[in-house]
Amino acid sequence: MKVLVPVKRVLDYNIKARPKADGSSVELSGLKMSMNPFDEIALEAAIRLKEAGQAAEVLAVSCGTQASQETLRTALALGADRALLVESTIDLQPLAVAKLLHAVALRESPGLVLCGKQAIDDDANQTGQMLAALLGWAQATFASRLELKDSGEAWVTREIDGGLETLAVRLPAVITADLRLNEPRFATLPNIMKAKKKPLETLTPEMLQVEVQPRLTLLRVSEPPERAGGIKVADVAELVDRLKHQSKVL
Amino acid sequence: MTLLVVAEHDHQTFKPSLLQVLTAAQAIGGDIHVLVAGNGVEAVARAVSALPGVAVVKLAQGSHLEEGNAENLAALVKMLAPGYTHVLAAASASGKNWMPRLAALLDVALIADIVRVESADTFTRPIYAGSVWATYRSTEAIKLITVRSTAFDALSAGEGQAPLEPVEAGKDENLSRRVSLALTASTRPELESARVVVSGGRGLGSAERFHALLEPLADKLNAALGASRAAVDLGYVSNDYQVGQTGKVVAPELYIAVGISGAIQHLAGMKSSRVIVAINKDPDAPIFAVADYGLVGDLNELVPALTAALPAA
Ligand SMILES: Cc1cc2nc3c(=O)[nH]c(=O)nc-3n(C[C@H](O)[C@H](O)[C@H](O)COP(=O)(O)OP(=O)(O)OC[C@H]3O[C@@H](n4cnc5c(N)ncnc54)[C@H](O)[C@@H]3O)c2cc1C
Ligand SMILES: Nc1ncnc2c1ncn2[C@@H]1O[C@H](COP(=O)(O)O)[C@@H](O)[C@H]1O
Repeated sequence: MKVLVPVKRVLDYNIKARPKADGSSVELSGLKMSMNPFDEIALEAAIRLKEAGQAAEVLAVSCGTQASQETLRTALALGADRALLVESTIDLQPLAVAKLLHAVALRESPGLVLCGKQAIDDDANQTGQMLAALLGWAQATFASRLELKDSGEAWVTREIDGGLETLAVRLPAVITADLRLNEPRFATLPNIMKAKKKPLETLTPEMLQVEVQPRLTLLRVSEPPERAGGIKVADVAELVDRLKHQSKVL
Repeated sequence: MTLLVVAEHDHQTFKPSLLQVLTAAQAIGGDIHVLVAGNGVEAVARAVSALPGVAVVKLAQGSHLEEGNAENLAALVKMLAPGYTHVLAAASASGKNWMPRLAALLDVALIADIVRVESADTFTRPIYAGSVWATYRSTEAIKLITVRSTAFDALSAGEGQAPLEPVEAGKDENLSRRVSLALTASTRPELESARVVVSGGRGLGSAERFHALLEPLADKLNAALGASRAAVDLGYVSNDYQVGQTGKVVAPELYIAVGISGAIQHLAGMKSSRVIVAINKDPDAPIFAVADYGLVGDLNELVPALTAALPAA
C-alpha cells in the first residue's frame, strides 16, 4: 500500500506572526519556515507503517511555491521515498489544495492519505476532510492512535471535545493527525545527504487540470485586539482583594 | 436570506454553544432555521423550537445519524443546503469534522472559526494562533461558516415557538463505524462555557500534584479544569482538557493559569478571558504579559494559600 502525506511549508511555530504594515498579508520575508508540525506527525505515522511492513511506499506532496522543495527534502530525509511538488505562486486556499491532492491521489492511487489536522498558519483544519469528500472516502480526523487491521479497516482513536472516540474506517481513507499520535524523529545527517538523491517531481495545477484561484477574498489582516497590560500582586491577600473589589469577578 | 444553523447536542439537549452560534446568525440577518439531526432527538428539537428568533426547526432522524458521523451528516446537510444562503455550526470538534466535508461536496469555500461578522458576506477569523486576524469576503452562493462560540454572546433569553418540520434523513454512507467512545466523566462545568477556568501546566510536576492542588481550588470557584499541551502530553489530564490553538478556546470571566509559561499556542486559547490570573515562579514568563494579576512564586505554596483564602463555594 502506498501512503500519501501532504506536507505544508509554514512559518516556524516559534515565531510570532505579524501583519505587514499595509495590512495586505502576513509578514513572512526573512523569517524561518518549517514543515507544519502536524505534518511531521502524519509523516512519522506513515514511516512507522512502512517500517512495520504495512506500507510499501511513502509519498510526500506539497502544494506551494518552489521554496516548498525544502520541506519536501526534509520529508525525504525523514524517510519518505518520493516527493511531489505541485508548484504554484497563487495563494492556495484549502479547497484548492484539496482539489490538487485529489488529482494527485487519482494518479497515484494511495491506500491511505495521512494529513496534519491543521496547518498552523491558516489554522483552517479543512483540507483532509475536503479531500476525503472529493475522493468519496471515509475520514478520521484528529487521530491520536492508528492501527491497520487485516480486515482492510483502519482503527483510529480521535481526540474529540468530550474525550476519545474510536472509529473503524474502510480503506482507502483520509486520516488527519493530532499532536499525540506520535513523537516525530529528527533527520540524521546521513539521511539528509541521502535525501538529495531521492526523486522529487514537480507538477503544476495546469498539468493536473485543477482550478486554484482563491474563492475567498482576503480584504485585510490586522493585529487582534490587545489586552491592556496587568500588574503583579504582592501576595495572595492582594490578589483576592483585587479579584473581589477591582475586577469584581469573585 | 435564509440561514441554516446545525445544532450540536448530546441527544438530551442542545450544547450551550448553539446560543452563541445563533447570535452570530442574527448578526448576519435573515430567517434562521435550525437543523437537529440524530436519532431519538425530538426533545432536543422541542427545546430548540422554544428559542427566540428561530423560524423553523428541521428534524432529521435515523440510526445512521446517531453518532454524529461526519460522512452521514455532511451528506444530509448537502441535501438541505441549496435552500439556504448560509450554513453555520459551532467550530467544535464536531463542526470542524463534518463542515469541511460538506464544503467540498458543495464545491464552496468554508470560512472557519469566525470571531466577527462584518456583514452578510464578510467575516473575520484568527490565523497564526490568533497572532493575526484576517478578514475575508465570500462570494459563494452558499456561505459555509463555523463559529468560534466564545467570541459571541449567548442569545438572550426569550420565547419562541418555531414549528417542527421533519426532513428526509438521507442514507447511511457506510464508510465508517464507531467502535468505542470514552467520554471523560466530570461533575464540573463544561470547559468552554464555565464562568471560571483553572488551568495547569508542566509546572505542576506530576498528575498527583495537578489534581491535589488544582481540584480544591476549582471546587471553591465552581470552575472547570483546563491544561496546557505539556500537561496533557505528560498525562496529567486527558486530551479534552487542552486549551490553545489546537485544543479548546475558552473565554471565561476568570482564567487562572498555574505553572503555565504562556506559549503563543496556549495564549491562542485563553487570551480573550475577561480576567486572567497567572501563578508562576518565573517573573519573566510570557503568561504575565496577558495576565491582569500576576503572582510570582512557588505554586506549591501559592495555590493552597489561594484556595484557603477564598470563601467556601
Ligand atoms: C503545533 C503545536 C500546537 C500546539 N498547541 C498547543 C495548545 O493548543 N495548547 C498549549 O497549551 N500548547 C500548545 N503547544 C505547545 C506550546 O508551544 C508549549 O510547549 C506549551 O504550551 C507549554 O506548556 P506549559 O506552559 O505547561 O510548559 P512550560 O512551557 O514548560 O512551562 C512551565 C511553567 O511552569 C513554571 N513553573 C515550574 N515550576 C513551578 C513552580 N514550582 N511554581 C510556579 N511555577 C512553576 C515555569 O516557570 C514555566 O513557566 C503547541 C505546540 C505546537 C508545536
Ligand atoms: N499547501 C499544502 N501543501 C500540502 N499539504 C497541505 C497544504 N495545505 C494543507 N495541507 C495539508 O492539509 C492539512 C490541513 O491544513 P489546513 O486545512 O490548511 O489547516 C495540513 O496539515 C497538510 O497535511
